[in-house]
Amino acid sequence: MRKRPLLTAVALPLALVLAPALGAGGAAAEELVAYEVVEGAIPASLTGVPGDPEAGKAAAVHRQKGNCLACHAMPIPDQPFHGEVGPDLSAVGSYLSEGELRLRLVDSKKINPETSMPGFYKVEGLHRVAEKFRGKPILTAQEVEDVVAYLLTLKGN
Amino acid sequence: MRRIGIVLAAAGLISVAGAGVAYTDSIDWGTYQVGDKRSGYTYAQPETRAMQDDDFENPGFLLMDQAATLWETPDGAAGKACVGCHGDVESLAGVGATYPVYFEPWGKMMTVEQRINQCRTEGMKADPWKWESDEMLGMTALVKHQSRGMPVNVSIDGPAKPFYEKGEAFYYERRGQLDLACANCHMDNAGLQLRANTLSQGMPNGFPTYRLKWQKVGSLHRRLRGCNDQVRAEPYERGSDEYVNLELFIMHRANGLPVETPAVRN
Ligand code: HEC
Ligand code: HEC
Repeated sequence: MRKRPLLTAVALPLALVLAPALGAGGAAAEELVAYEVVEGAIPASLTGVPGDPEAGKAAAVHRQKGNCLACHAMPIPDQPFHGEVGPDLSAVGSYLSEGELRLRLVDSKKINPETSMPGFYKVEGLHRVAEKFRGKPILTAQEVEDVVAYLLTLKGN
Repeated sequence: MRRIGIVLAAAGLISVAGAGVAYTDSIDWGTYQVGDKRSGYTYAQPETRAMQDDDFENPGFLLMDQAATLWETPDGAAGKACVGCHGDVESLAGVGATYPVYFEPWGKMMTVEQRINQCRTEGMKADPWKWESDEMLGMTALVKHQSRGMPVNVSIDGPAKPFYEKGEAFYYERRGQLDLACANCHMDNAGLQLRANTLSQGMPNGFPTYRLKWQKVGSLHRRLRGCNDQVRAEPYERGSDEYVNLELFIMHRANGLPVETPAVRN
């Protein structure tokens, strides 16, 4: 059963341009790529390099990266224990566009501020991040592109 | 020390009847459910519940046996033992269910661990125990165990009020790289799977708890640090004002649920 709460109900500013966020401390912290939100989507690739669906699947499963299975069911039967906190993603590529998927991954609170889904490509507006992770997004820009490419392959049966 | 078939017998039976049922809303959980409040016991696997229900299987009792010896052993420059001031440990029935309490000399809240160390340093002139030492875990468990089956009954009136409010604010504040508040997991999503874990309401009524994952008895503040770590947030120290106030909030939230110390959890 797919739950699909509130996503379309929230109007978004037409073009919300975000200044590149600067990593606070930590040598490995790098500048985040700037992006533009247009009508509930980030239409442009963050890197210009096409995403690799296989690498995206691996990043989605990896517990230190996407760890998407913590909250979502995905069509990956060899992995036990899929979460129930978010909707089943088995057909998500059939009803969300590439740009819509990208925004949901980058910062889903831009769509629903109450959501429990973490923003995977953001470093600002967070509170008491452990030092090791401070100033770093959960996924790199290319990993976001890879996961988007993987999600686009999920069309259900 | 080991008293079998103590209180909670009704719910103990259910864990047998419910064997094989991983999680269901339809079970009558007896005293483990009060209105919408549910103990972590009701989200646990049948084998885990069975381990808690059997005092001989429950590893928490080993630590409490050691603490029962310490209860009678003089320590510190004053040459006193707990038993000298309190008599039998049974005299503390009901006390553990009311903590944290406001402690006038500090002008803030005090947990059972802190009360024990206050007795040690002031009354016995002995060194304080470390928060996560076997001595402290065992003695805290022994004290709270005297209230097993009694409803948690924590007051947030009068001077406790502002500390409660701080704990409440902590509970709803998102934190860490994953940007999640306690409430996101334990209010919004209780009962749902977070990967292999069934999210419970995060009730603290069983601590100190034997956790299978730890292979050890651990304190509530250890659990809180774990929940902070999970969202990649900087945890606080055990015994910090932040965690003591948070303990007040979640213990009050558990008011009415039975003290289960020492509980067994995943
Ligand atoms: C801690 C929980 C959590 C994690 C981890 C998580 N999500 Fe989500 N996700 C949610 C929730 C909850 C929603 C529902 C949308 C809302 O709350 O507004 C959601 C919604 C989505 C949606 C929109 C689905 C729809 O039907 O509209 C997509 C796509 C998505 N998540 C992908 C991912 C991917 C990919 C990952 C890992 C890289 C991930 N999520 C990790 C909780 C999570
Ligand atoms: C990412 C999700 C998540 C967040 C956020 C979270 N927890 Fe937990 N918590 C868990 C999981 C998983 C468990 C183990 C299963 C269970 O009992 O829910 C747990 C267990 C607990 C327990 C033990 C319950 C028992 O029956 O023994 C307590 C108490 C608790 N959490 C309190 C908190 C508090 C307070 C916060 C905020 C500081 C918090 N949690 C934040 C996931 C979370």
